[in-house]
Amino acid sequence: MKRRAALVMAVAMLVGCQREQRDLRLDPPVAAALDQVAPTANGIGGAPPDVYVALGGPYESNAYNLGEGKRLYTWFNCKGCHADGGGASGPALMDGWWRYGADPVSLFVSLRDGRPNGMPAYRDKLTTEQIWQLVGYVQTIGMASATTAAPSRNDEMQSRPAENRAPAAADLPTPPSR
Amino acid sequence: MRLRHLIVSVLLPLAAGGCAGSQSALDPQGPNAASLAWLIGAFTIVCGIVWLLVMIVVGVALLRRRGAAEPADTPLAEDPGRERRKGAVVLAAVLATVVIVTGLTVISYLATHSLTAASGEPLVVRLRGYQWWWEVTYTSPSPDRFVTSANEIRVPVGRPVRLELSAADVIHSFWVPSLAGKQDLIPGRDNQLTFTAERPGIYRAQCAEFCGVQHARMALVVVALPPDEFAAWLDGQLRDAATPANEEEAAGREVASGKACAACHTIRGTPAAGTLGPDLTHVASRQTIAAGTLPTTRGSLAAWIADPQGVKPGNKMPMVPLSADELRAVSAYMASLK
Ligand code: HEC
Ligand code: HEC
Ligand SMILES: [Cu+2]
Repeated sequence: MKRRAALVMAVAMLVGCQREQRDLRLDPPVAAALDQVAPTANGIGGAPPDVYVALGGPYESNAYNLGEGKRLYTWFNCKGCHADGGGASGPALMDGWWRYGADPVSLFVSLRDGRPNGMPAYRDKLTTEQIWQLVGYVQTIGMASATTAAPSRNDEMQSRPAENRAPAAADLPTPPSR
Repeated sequence: MRLRHLIVSVLLPLAAGGCAGSQSALDPQGPNAASLAWLIGAFTIVCGIVWLLVMIVVGVALLRRRGAAEPADTPLAEDPGRERRKGAVVLAAVLATVVIVTGLTVISYLATHSLTAASGEPLVVRLRGYQWWWEVTYTSPSPDRFVTSANEIRVPVGRPVRLELSAADVIHSFWVPSLAGKQDLIPGRDNQLTFTAERPGIYRAQCAEFCGVQHARMALVVVALPPDEFAAWLDGQLRDAATPANEEEAAGREVASGKACAACHTIRGTPAAGTLGPDLTHVASRQTIAAGTLPTTRGSLAAWIADPQGVKPGNKMPMVPLSADELRAVSAYMASLK
């Protein structure tokens, strides 16, 4: 009994040593491969690049990447048009209703290539890695179910439930059918 | 023998070397730092003497022989003469403590008071802390003569400089030991620090408040120049970026204004007008890049642009994929931005 308890403790302590890995320096070939999304002809939905799957989708489940996405969301003035996710001149990003799809590939294409009714293309302003970080972050602001990772807290007042208080979308009224 | 060798050859030079140089509170180069150094000296001497006296008294008390007349079995027996002597000793110690503490309080008040008393119209410079670099804005009575730079503060010798300190993200602290004491940069709250450099020279400053992974590489230099040289330098900084002198530099300008660089950096006179990173208009005129991480040479500019996360892991500049030609051109262009 004692032995088993000691073993459990030891395992628990070892697990406690595990720290989330931050990938600060994405190798250029990996970055180039991450750009190779294969969207469908109308730019909605499609297949993520093989590396994305091989890496295990690090942009949705890694707190550092989500935190970087949150910083970029302010830095690159997504707030100016989408507010804190609630929408302004740009559509809301947290109401669970997407004009161009909620999957990572659609979001990636929305950011990289822009969308016709006023979403600017960020191809020349952001690196591929940063676009993926934003894609990961945009998914957390309106998420319908809890994830294991959340970005850092807000420095300003919250205008919506915090990203780590999922499900946020469930608190909102059902989006209008458009 | 070995040990003594070690002490002489390693510790002594270390200890002595720590006192001088471009970043030392014990080698003051301006009135503020001088009064702080004086304060440090006064406190050290007074407290050292007090410590020595206390140690001597403790030693004497421990070593003193018990007198034959002391009846150990009647410790509570009263001896009026003895009591009076004890009382006098305690009174003297209390009085000495009051005098010393009051004295130290007064000199520390006077020394810190003198820090804010500057003579003459100060040069007002705004210093804003970012993770992990400094934005420096030289103000002027006319707004068209504001100049923004980064990671280096130039000041005229003999004229007081008032730094207006602010922070963009987390708390930082500005410390240039040879010229002044520390002052924090706090988000949402403006602080001030006034100092004067008395001699031309280059003084190293550093962030003195832990602010994240690259806190250690968040330094800057304060360059004190004779007033006329400073004025000439400031006029140069007001100008737009140098025009490319050859084809390679021209190609570099295309890269810097067409790629992601332009979203974060400003190069006045080109389309690049981002405000998320240091102003690069005169980047090559500064001594270091990346907040004191590398000396400004064409090679280190190329190394930095090719792999900022390898040079300063975790900093907020991403690796922007460039071809070898683009990298060569953009680093030539950067090195030409004097
Ligand atoms: C100039 C205003 C503007 C800015 C800045 C802007 N957007 Fe948009 N965004 C829009 C508009 C308008 C649309 C709707 C486009 C359409 O319907 O074709 C949109 C659409 C989107 C979509 C698709 C939404 C959906 O329903 O499918 C996403 C995702 C998005 N933006 C994310 C971002 C992010 C992330 C940023 C910051 C990097 C950003 N936007 C910056 C205006 C903007
Ligand atoms: C996402 C924003 C961003 C992008 C894109 C970016 N930079 Fe930077 N850059 C920064 C930041 C932030 C720093 C300060 C880093 C530090 O010292 O911690 C910096 C620092 C620098 C410096 C050193 C400046 C100094 O005075 O210390 C140079 C030179 C530079 N960048 C050039 C470039 C070039 C060339 C490109 C394009 C290939 C580029 N940057 C793209 C944000 C960016
Ligand atoms: Cu710091």
